[in-house]
Amino acid sequence: MTLPKYLILAAIVICSTLGDFLLKVGMNQMGDVSLVQDPLVLVRALMNPWVAVGTLVLIGFFVAFTIALSWADLSYVMPSTALGYVLTTILSSLALHEHVSMYRWAGVVLISLAVGFVTQGKARTVDEGAAA
Amino acid sequence: MTASWSVWLLLVAFVVFTTAGDVFLAKAMTTIGDLGALRKRSGVWACVMAVLKSALFWIAIVNMALSFFSLLTALNWANLSFVGPASSAMTFVANIVAARVFLREQVDRRRWIATAMVCAGILLIGLDPPK
Repeated sequence: MTLPKYLILAAIVICSTLGDFLLKVGMNQMGDVSLVQDPLVLVRALMNPWVAVGTLVLIGFFVAFTIALSWADLSYVMPSTALGYVLTTILSSLALHEHVSMYRWAGVVLISLAVGFVTQGKARTVDEGAAA
Repeated sequence: MTASWSVWLLLVAFVVFTTAGDVFLAKAMTTIGDLGALRKRSGVWACVMAVLKSALFWIAIVNMALSFFSLLTALNWANLSFVGPASSAMTFVANIVAARVFLREQVDRRRWIATAMVCAGILLIGLDPPK
């Protein structure tokens, strides 16, 4: 693993967490959404600045994720979002003032420990071209 | 149907679409190979074209679009601190299984143990239901 590859993994974590946070702020501004009463509500949601910026950030996540999958297993790249669980919960608690119970904190810590454990293995276990 | 059941159904839809998208994308990228090496050999444009010409890539895009709208609706119905960890953790477990079954990745004991720990984490998050 080289520094650029670690930076790609960091970009996955930051963009996915920040993207989810921006989407949540935007969707909160939309009020209660009912697909039955207003089928186009999700299209209108994309016009919300928070949702629009969140969508752009998530496109950044997708690009970083695609690059990472070109040199690492899916089951290796997924754990790279471990820090995202912690960041999401901290953002929810501090910025959105959501109540985060001890159960949720314990779950987040356990999940983060698990993915930290799994990332100590090899990044690639299949030959390129073999999975096609 | 209660709000909690609606949220869980949306999360299941999100997990299915996300996992399918991830598996198709992983297959596409494994076939194309290391983009860093390809960029050094042929440049950035060759990387972009290699990805865009892959049919598997576009199947992944469709699945990811569906997962995106599932997430958008779920975020409107429940707290981010619940939707974020729950959806991501469930996707993690589904991806580990899919990686073993569909991508033939060598998921060793370390990865299975980690998966069990993630399942336990999901149960802890599930003890505190969404609003």
